[in-house]
Amino acid sequence: MLSAEAIEKIEYELAKYPKDRRQAAVMSALRIVQIERGWLSKESVTDVAKYLGIPEIAAMEVASFYNMYDLQPVGQYKITVCTNISCMLRGSDEIVDHLQHTLGVGFNEVTADGKFCIKEGECMGCCGGAPLLHVNNTHMHEFLTTEKVDALLEELNKG
Amino acid sequence: MAEQTTKMATRKSSSAKKAARPVVMTDLTGQTLVTLRTLNEKNPASLATYEKLGGYAQLKRLVTEKIKAPEIINQVKVSNLRGRGGAGFPTGLKWSFMPRYYDGTKYLVCNTDEGEPGTFKDRDIIRYNPHQLIEGMAIAAYTLGARVGYNYIHGEIWQDYEIFEAALAEAREAGYLGENLFGSNFSFDLYAVHGYGAYICGEETALIESIEGKKGQPRFKPPFPASYGVFGKPTNVNNTESYASIPWIMQHGGQAFADLGVPNSGGSKLFSVSGHVEKPGNYEIRMGTPFKELLEMAGGIWKGRQLKAVIPGGPSTAVMPARAIENATMDYDGLSKAGSSLGAGSMIVMDDTTCMVKTLKRLSYFFYEESCGQCTPCREGTGWVYRIIERIVDGKGKMEDLDLLTDLSNNISGRTICALGDAAATPVLSFIKHFRPEFEYYIQHGKSMVDGK
Ligand SMILES: Cc1cc2nc3c(=O)[nH]c(=O)nc-3n(C[C@H](O)[C@H](O)[C@H](O)COP(=O)(O)O)c2cc1C
Ligand code: SF4
Ligand code: FES
Repeated sequence: MLSAEAIEKIEYELAKYPKDRRQAAVMSALRIVQIERGWLSKESVTDVAKYLGIPEIAAMEVASFYNMYDLQPVGQYKITVCTNISCMLRGSDEIVDHLQHTLGVGFNEVTADGKFCIKEGECMGCCGGAPLLHVNNTHMHEFLTTEKVDALLEELNKG
Repeated sequence: MAEQTTKMATRKSSSAKKAARPVVMTDLTGQTLVTLRTLNEKNPASLATYEKLGGYAQLKRLVTEKIKAPEIINQVKVSNLRGRGGAGFPTGLKWSFMPRYYDGTKYLVCNTDEGEPGTFKDRDIIRYNPHQLIEGMAIAAYTLGARVGYNYIHGEIWQDYEIFEAALAEAREAGYLGENLFGSNFSFDLYAVHGYGAYICGEETALIESIEGKKGQPRFKPPFPASYGVFGKPTNVNNTESYASIPWIMQHGGQAFADLGVPNSGGSKLFSVSGHVEKPGNYEIRMGTPFKELLEMAGGIWKGRQLKAVIPGGPSTAVMPARAIENATMDYDGLSKAGSSLGAGSMIVMDDTTCMVKTLKRLSYFFYEESCGQCTPCREGTGWVYRIIERIVDGKGKMEDLDLLTDLSNNISGRTICALGDAAATPVLSFIKHFRPEFEYYIQHGKSMVDGK
């Protein structure tokens, strides 16, 4: 079952499309439910499919095709570091090493306290701010240094 | 960037008739502000700022004076504006492909899905000057008879997506979007929609699939979007920067825009400069500006090092060694004469400490990871290419691998549904062509000639 808030947000997205094209809203519906629940379980994907009145497989195909949907738990904070060329040229490897060393996990692993997960990302279209990362798909942190990463982790640890 | 001081510079346009001297805004860094017109203002993204600079006046003029579509399309043709998404297709010509008379909804789509490594220009348009994009799209919708528009925004830039949505709400409120604009019978609704981490959705038909709520797998063309696009309806797709150029063209005339650039490359253009420069960022400059000037604007090579190579238009354009680009000009013909192409204007700069073998490894991984998997040559070929380069970097390469890489890449190119196949082949072919000794050294010694690791 979707929450009332999720439904309200999905309805806002549905209004962008013709009435008989409810599937079009699946991208945003999955995003909305993922943000609310932390990740997309099979049940969550089913809930979205049911609400939109589309086959479950259609929703699952979308959820598994796009990299920013998480079909596994990612902890409280998912940290995605871009390692593509422009970021690599400005030291993204060092940022990744520092994060992995500090948190004691590799890519796609969640820390024991369930707080953090590190992911490798492709180009985010912000290469002028390299090296960079985003937290939970929404908050971009650019021009990173290892000190800035430490400050960010400290702040997130408080939250 | 928004704090830069403004100076206004006038430039004589040789052939503009009515507006004899269009006022071209520049700033002290030497940028020519066309699509980033609001950049020097305090609140660049706000409606009030945009209106103060003459924003939405062109939309209002065209609609209330009932200017005819062919006249508008003609100005766009005269402007020499070529699609800024990478392929450089003339925008005016594309607009003329949309069916004029069609009984049903036509759609307008804006492609803000930039995810080609090194490309980050459209982001600055939506976060610093969203209203100019909205006005450009509304003018296009009026011209092409589109009733509904979508701006598809890269999912990773969420904060900028929200800025754009806020701008849409402002524009609706002010009567620049919605029903019967300015009391006419022209109505246009525009919405923001988003991707969620798939480079391939930058390809226009994959993007259309994604708008429809499907996985982003490109469609066979033809039919082209102009006849079969969103929900199977006629659809015009342009890049963000292409649409954002339109209000300026309408204000000053197509010729004035053409005159900003050089023959065959009209206008100014945003160049995203990233990598080993002192001041990475977007620089809006006139087409035809020498590479050296652009590099200087970006502060030159960082740490006092030497230039080694440049990828001038994103990884789907060929890498150029320093000597090939040093005297080139930044426009379609200039870069093609120098052995590459302009692409989306995404200039990735590499200094003399860059290992080309490892750099190519990362790019090959990207294309392998982002192939949508529909075509065998692309799906299998990109994986194969990546594994060979990985093997070389792991010190297990063989000399034959270099010819194998070339053969494989030639076999992907031209045999696929979309241009990602060609894009994947380009870095492999051009890196090996220009930096072969580095690859040979790596294979012979099991380590990099550049960093010794
Ligand atoms: C793999 C691939 C990725 C692309 N990515 C983008 C993109 O991020 N942004 C864009 O505007 N065009 C991109 N394109 C080009 C679009 O398919 C299309 O040509 C363009 O949006 C048309 O707009 P324009 O004529 O204004 O350039 C891409 C093409 C391919 C094959
Ligand atoms: S060329 Fe590659 S990305 Fe393009 S449709 Fe074929 S498999 Fe998909
Ligand atoms: S390469 Fe990292 S954001 Fe583009």
